[in-house]
Amino acid sequence: MTEQIKHEWPLYEVFVRSKRGLNHVHVGSLHAADDEMAIRHARDLYTRRNEGVSIWVVRAADITASSPDEKDPFFAPSADKVYRHPTFYDIPDTVPHM
Amino acid sequence: MTTTELSDLERHFERTIEHDLRVEPRDWVPDEYRATLIRQIAQHAHSEIIGMQPEGNWITRAPSLRRKAILLAKVQDEAGHGLYLYSAAETLGADRGELTQRLISGKQKYSSIFNYPTLTFADVGVIGWLVDGAAICNQVPLCRCSYGPYARAMIRICKEESFHQRQGYELLMTMMRGTKAQRQMVQDATDRWWWPSLMMFGPPDGDSPNTAQSMAWKVKRHTNDELRQRFVDMTVPQAEALGVTLPDADLAWNQERASYDFGEIDWSEFKQVLRGNGPCSAQRVAHRKRAHDEGAWVREAAAAHARKHREAVAVA
Repeated sequence: MTEQIKHEWPLYEVFVRSKRGLNHVHVGSLHAADDEMAIRHARDLYTRRNEGVSIWVVRAADITASSPDEKDPFFAPSADKVYRHPTFYDIPDTVPHM
Repeated sequence: MTTTELSDLERHFERTIEHDLRVEPRDWVPDEYRATLIRQIAQHAHSEIIGMQPEGNWITRAPSLRRKAILLAKVQDEAGHGLYLYSAAETLGADRGELTQRLISGKQKYSSIFNYPTLTFADVGVIGWLVDGAAICNQVPLCRCSYGPYARAMIRICKEESFHQRQGYELLMTMMRGTKAQRQMVQDATDRWWWPSLMMFGPPDGDSPNTAQSMAWKVKRHTNDELRQRFVDMTVPQAEALGVTLPDADLAWNQERASYDFGEIDWSEFKQVLRGNGPCSAQRVAHRKRAHDEGAWVREAAAAHARKHREAVAVA
């Protein structure tokens, strides 16, 4: 029975846009038989007090994530390019609006 | 995995804890950390789910539409809290169906407080005031727990608990303005729930073997006795404002400690209830099992409908 529940009601991850102008943010997960039920459950579970104006649900199995094991090498390319940051450039204080 | 790789992983885990960063779902963690958290989060989730019963008992008999709507919303919140927590437990690799099985087979515990009966409508108010008040004391520090998904679930839960406590206290204030019989009901409910509420913080520090490790992992931030004291100090003035007496002859302000002293807790009662010998223990688990069994056809029908729909889409 346990196995059956696990396979037949898949896990969904839930993302909520709390108000217009903001991104959807991950809030948690739930189980549902299908996409439509997942949206309804998400509404009942994660937006009981006007926490959202829009909900996304996605099957957890469909998410591809970076592996935490390789976090340092994977993100290394962004760390060694200091010239991407505005503070890399010396501009005299006398120059306005920069 | 080689020994060097393992010690690298351990070092990374310890650094994360040390720097007060959060551990996230796919990070490597020691097996004992994972097992401790799964057990704690699951027991917490079970408590929320079982916690629907004592108050759910009064939904059909709430004295007004207003009280009925409030109570329904509150019990629905408890279900929600259970689901947030099961969701957090699943990020550690636990299976939700299996956790439910462990609850209804009696293999996993839940808070001893829910094994007491709710005899009158005043109990609904006192549960909101004392039981949810104690839960808030326990739960606010958990918002800073080292495990990210648990901490985030707790933030969500704490926001909602505030409504729970306030509706309970307001209910009691209303009854205290009523008849003498109503005031007596409030006092009687307070007498029955006070000591079990103090037991919610768990055994005294000297008898709580897991506390040190949980605090080292920053799962727990305060000891049981610290949180219990905080709860007593917060609650005494609330009782005075309400006009009820807390059933403890030893309760007295201690100038030196700037805290209230309070009497000895009956730990044999706590252990009895925890062992499953509480006044309602068998009934609570049996009810949860019945709900689960009677819902089986709904779960199967929904799964069958989803499967048929998927197949129809595939053919088209």
